[in-house]
Amino acid sequence: MKGYILKRLLSLIPVLFVVAVVVFLIIHITPGDPASVMLGPEASPREVAELREELGLNLPLYQQFTSWLAGVVQGDFGWSIFMNEPVLQSFFSHLGPTLSLAIFAQLLAVVLAIPFGVIAAKRRGTIIDQTFMGGSLIGISVPSFLLGLLLILLFAVQLRWLPVAGYKPLDAGFFLHIRYLILPAIALGAMQAALIARMTRSSMLDILNANYIKTARSKGLKEKIIIYKHALRNAFIPILTVIGQTFGTLVAGAAVVETVFNIPGIGQLIVNSVERRDFAVIQGTILLVAISYVLINLVVDLLYGVIDPRVRLNRK
Amino acid sequence: METKLLEVKNLKTHFNTERGRVTAVDGVFFTVYAGETVGVVGESGCGKSVTAESILRLLDEKSTEYEGEILYKGKNLLTSTINDMQSVRGNDISMIFQDPMSSLNPVYTVGNQIVESIMLHQNVNKKEAYEKATEMLRLTGIPSPEKRIHEYPHELSGGMRQRVMIAMALSCQPKLLIADEPTTALDVTTQSQILDLINELKVKFNMGTVMITHDLGVVAEVCTKVVVMYLGQVIEEADVRSLFSSPYHPYTDGLLKSIPQLTGDRSKKLHVIEGKVPTLHQIPKGCRFAPRCAFASEKCHEEMPELAQADHSRKVRCWHYKEIFQAGEEGPYVSAADSY
Repeated sequence: MKGYILKRLLSLIPVLFVVAVVVFLIIHITPGDPASVMLGPEASPREVAELREELGLNLPLYQQFTSWLAGVVQGDFGWSIFMNEPVLQSFFSHLGPTLSLAIFAQLLAVVLAIPFGVIAAKRRGTIIDQTFMGGSLIGISVPSFLLGLLLILLFAVQLRWLPVAGYKPLDAGFFLHIRYLILPAIALGAMQAALIARMTRSSMLDILNANYIKTARSKGLKEKIIIYKHALRNAFIPILTVIGQTFGTLVAGAAVVETVFNIPGIGQLIVNSVERRDFAVIQGTILLVAISYVLINLVVDLLYGVIDPRVRLNRK
Repeated sequence: METKLLEVKNLKTHFNTERGRVTAVDGVFFTVYAGETVGVVGESGCGKSVTAESILRLLDEKSTEYEGEILYKGKNLLTSTINDMQSVRGNDISMIFQDPMSSLNPVYTVGNQIVESIMLHQNVNKKEAYEKATEMLRLTGIPSPEKRIHEYPHELSGGMRQRVMIAMALSCQPKLLIADEPTTALDVTTQSQILDLINELKVKFNMGTVMITHDLGVVAEVCTKVVVMYLGQVIEEADVRSLFSSPYHPYTDGLLKSIPQLTGDRSKKLHVIEGKVPTLHQIPKGCRFAPRCAFASEKCHEEMPELAQADHSRKVRCWHYKEIFQAGEEGPYVSAADSY
């Protein structure tokens, strides 16, 4: 088990290296000079040139890359020229809102989608099934920013039940924290919910035809136990895969929703840093997001073993 | 001693499919007494398994319709409520399935699955249920059951899994066991072990058994009475000796002739029944076997014969069985029964 995790972690190194190269290149190829952005439109060309020299922007690209990478390997992700603090610090100060939002959205999606998917599978072909699946199609098709704006319009502007935008940290009280997160979480989670519900339905339909379901029925078990004990656990592997993948995209996809709802999260940090040409922050943050993405997938892979003994690694 | 456990009377099972209504079982009759093993034989697709699953009503009721009666101790299961069915299943009537590889839930230990059944039908706590489950596993001949009980199905061989299925099916001492081709997926040595086991436990618990199979060898080995099915209907019912020695129905006759013999002329080609089984969408109007029958007359093609009493213990669904039987030679099939 430990050996497996170690192997998996080591295999992440080449993946992350490629991510690092790509991110670095894209940023440096994109037009726009951080030095002139920092100094503003009134700066003289000489001042800009001096700052470029100071920031090391005049060095050859590969030298800039290797010096950045050398720092990253040692845990130094660079210095934000705009916020004047270490990249890691700005990353972690923006992580909370994104994490809260992603977890809340995911929780909402899972809690709604799985029962809906199960019910749809149980009543396949009926009007209930068609309604749920039609609804999920809308969930997949409507972009999150549009859904976010519609939600704001209805629940915040018209009904005045919830705040329009903004973010309150957990320290401000749990309920206040959640109150501000409800609309963005719905906007963000709708698509995941739709995907998970569809996956639950199709996976359950598969499993409900399995022979061991017939065995369970022949034992005299109640339908509820058959579905929730015998079928759902078997159907959960593909569902878990979708949950893992969507959780990764939640962190990344939060950028749009964070902008709509003005939440100071990672997404907003990346978007703002791109505008400011704050190279170190962009590179570092994207790399850290990539790391969390692959770690989440590792956790999902380990969870397979919890659900299904056939993929368990620690054999007796 | 002769308690009538199960009586299937003119069972018909219809499926409503997208391509229309299909009648998979269309006229099945048989009776099972306590301590008796009734074999239900027929080729693939003749409705054996559907019959078995109809008894416990395991088919998807949204698309299935039943007709006729299935009387368990005088009570019609086809009109019972779903709650009543759930207390019959696994408790009074148990079932073993064809494929032990896929009949156990892969994500729970075998112990969990046996205990679940025990705790459902009997008033015992978890510890007692586990003891009982271990006892059942020991009874089915699984070595070191106290260890095996904590293993998952994928850690056991096919034969072992079928033993687990048997232990699970018998854990509540059912009065009736339905075995749906319990040995088809197993290799020959395991087959005979499993058959012996079912036989042994049948005697021990004085169970009635319905043995669904396409293997006449299995029938000869374990059954006391045989029901032969063709295209959804019972076409002949007899005790096992008379069936093997003097089949009345031409189809049964053909089946018995198709058994390869261990002795005798090897250059002779194996007997085959001419033609193919029609699909359920193109069922013949008269006798269902008529298109393939060498003795078929005008009447056979026009009118369907009923399953009629032939002599005191036998029934047959054929217009001409008397003439055919008298014309045909007697005797050669006795050896078929004995060779098993």
